[in-house]
Amino acid sequence: MAHRSGPSGFLLTTYDNAINWTRTRSMWTATFGLACCAIEMMATGAAHNDLARFGMEVFRASPRQADLMIVAGRVSQKMAPVLRQVYDQMSEPKWVISMGACASTGGMFNNYALVQGVDEVVPVDVYVPGCPPGPQSLMHGILTLQDKVMSGEITR
Amino acid sequence: MSDSPKFDDVFAPLRKAFPDVKFEQVLDSKQDVAHVPTEDYLPFVAAARTAGFDVFVDLCGVDYLRRAPRFEVVLNLLSHEHRRRLRIRLGVSGTEPVVPSITPVFPGANFYEREAFDLFGIIFEGHPDLTRVVLPDDWEGHPLRKDYSVGSVPVRFKESPKAQ
Amino acid sequence: MSDTPNVVTGDSEAPTTEAPVAPESTASQTADRKRQVHDMWVAGTEEPAWMRSYTNEGAQEMLDADDEHLLGLTGGTVAGDDVADDELQILNMGPQHPSTHGVLRLHLELDGETIRRVKPIIGYLHTGMEKTAETLTYMQGSTNVTRMDYLSPLHMELAFSLAVESLLGVEIPERGQAIRVLLTELNRVSSHLVWAATQGTDLGAVSMMIFGFRDREYILQFFEKVTGLRMNHNFIRPGGVAADLPDGWEEDIEVILDKVPQGVSEYEELFNGNPIFRDRTMGVGVITPEECKAMGVSGPMARASGINWDLRKAFPYSGIDQYEFDVPLGTHGDVWDRYLVRMEEIKQSLGIVKQVLETMPSGDYRTTDRKVTPPPRKRIDESMEALIHHFKLFTSGFKVPAGETYCAVESPRGELGMYIVSDGREKPWRMHARTPSFNHVQALPTMMTDSLVADIVATIASADPVLGDVDR
Repeated sequence: MAHRSGPSGFLLTTYDNAINWTRTRSMWTATFGLACCAIEMMATGAAHNDLARFGMEVFRASPRQADLMIVAGRVSQKMAPVLRQVYDQMSEPKWVISMGACASTGGMFNNYALVQGVDEVVPVDVYVPGCPPGPQSLMHGILTLQDKVMSGEITR
Repeated sequence: MSDSPKFDDVFAPLRKAFPDVKFEQVLDSKQDVAHVPTEDYLPFVAAARTAGFDVFVDLCGVDYLRRAPRFEVVLNLLSHEHRRRLRIRLGVSGTEPVVPSITPVFPGANFYEREAFDLFGIIFEGHPDLTRVVLPDDWEGHPLRKDYSVGSVPVRFKESPKAQ
Repeated sequence: MSDTPNVVTGDSEAPTTEAPVAPESTASQTADRKRQVHDMWVAGTEEPAWMRSYTNEGAQEMLDADDEHLLGLTGGTVAGDDVADDELQILNMGPQHPSTHGVLRLHLELDGETIRRVKPIIGYLHTGMEKTAETLTYMQGSTNVTRMDYLSPLHMELAFSLAVESLLGVEIPERGQAIRVLLTELNRVSSHLVWAATQGTDLGAVSMMIFGFRDREYILQFFEKVTGLRMNHNFIRPGGVAADLPDGWEEDIEVILDKVPQGVSEYEELFNGNPIFRDRTMGVGVITPEECKAMGVSGPMARASGINWDLRKAFPYSGIDQYEFDVPLGTHGDVWDRYLVRMEEIKQSLGIVKQVLETMPSGDYRTTDRKVTPPPRKRIDESMEALIHHFKLFTSGFKVPAGETYCAVESPRGELGMYIVSDGREKPWRMHARTPSFNHVQALPTMMTDSLVADIVATIASADPVLGDVDR
């Protein structure tokens, strides 16, 4: 629940809930599929595990039109500024899911070439572990994010 | 490979034309390797192409560190008509790693030579665009050299009592 | 092979007057911004100022278009002399782009709608896998290698295993080889289904994405049953495969053999007679056989140009020569021929899978050489020696005799080779993967120059690059 005090707390709480509900029910994802996790992300959007039932089948190529960025794959040193730039182009409110081991912590590639965890570049809301995380794990991560948004924990 | 031409038939003209090149067969005579000195490199590659090895397969660098010459450029060619591969190995000195580029003969070596330059620091003379290809332009150092550390960071276990 | 109507506007010969100079890239003057490359900066510390202001990282500028020889080498033509300097437009495609099949960046120099020069800029997925391979034992090597070409991970593992086994000199029993063939041919089918999905989607047939992934699910579920993972399996290891096939695998294969060909014939019906698809693919993205050989283009792309070369027939590996299959060939080397070749390859691979199903030999699934493969699990409880063996193999690994080797397999993209240099210890001294997509991305200028912007997407999709393969 949103923690707001004050005389108008009751009205704002309902309003906040409604806003959060609408935000979760049609989040548009910016395509940021990088490597193997991207294929699993596509498989999650495909027919067998269907993201459309959560209103999230829309993957917009332009970050200006997106509010969720799923960083799916390993982020190399060359790609890090691009990631940051795409993140900056998204307008508030925006969320980031770090999908897979490489995006969350650098994964099995603890070396010179990768950014060891995408949270060194962008702030992350949900981490989905796996190499690659299956569609069910990714959906669990997405639903966790939706819960967080609904509960108002992320207030940006 | 019982019907592939014999070793001598395929390589005889090349052996005659390039006496300084040492041919050998490794791994139970299944793979053919030619050790080429630097001055013969480009002519030998051109001659190999005319001799039937006209498919460019692979070019990579190897760092042997404590051997002289320190680096090696390994070029892999393939012949469809002879159904054979040829591996050409060229020693490159560590202090002055300059070798001729084979892009005039095989345009496919373009990106490969750039990668060898990027990761090992081997200079290919005559290459049209010798810049870094897999690493950012301003990267310092050549990562695949043996004296470049792998760059691992100690694993940090982040405390996360509650989600932020 | 130039009977195809390649779309050419104006004259594409090099002009006699001076060629226009490509405008300088703006962000290439970054010399003063030195980055501490060895610093892995910790989250929470101040981020370097360059991070936010950096708009054009890794600027790899276009070369000056003066030198015709250089232009020829890098694949490009110069605009006719009726084009003024400022009419040549530079367009940047990617690295974040829906149709570039990953993080590929293309630097295009356009003359209206015609492409004059293309420069592919790669490296956005460079993972340092070849360096990591030097820190992993040979048994761990497949985990690393399998993530290079993530659409055909079993082929990467097979190439790695074959290379290590050629250095070790071990023989794989027949059942192990048959399991490898089964898995790799299924992987070919699943990879081609992703290609079909992306090819259709990129050309506008958006529902093809759903169809392709729908059929792929059957195969991925089979993989999950056998190997434990849907992708990046680490199943084919030096010495054989990691485990035997589970009970009931025959029924699963029969389901695949039933459902996938149905899907494939549906897609052929949708695409083959479709005039829009034909117009967009015939005569587009042509590459001649001579160019294929010079650039090292292999696989379905080379076969679509007419080169009759398949590593499974030329240098058979893993017992694949006991199965009967045909190798489809094209003639024109355009996108349409590549489409036909790959669709036919799906059917041929399913034919091989059927033959493996019928003739699967019994026996060991991995070599019995105890120096290479761990002992069976129940022996560990019984014998001290087995326990020690298991421990040594999984902690320090097995030693591979010194030497060097190159072994290649026919992956869905082309010739996939592994060059390993061993110094006699448990970890490779140098491991280099010869990946087919590296050559194909390099050959993109050859295919795209003097064609229209709208054909870029069709060409890239037909080249089927996997950027993990390219950058490693």
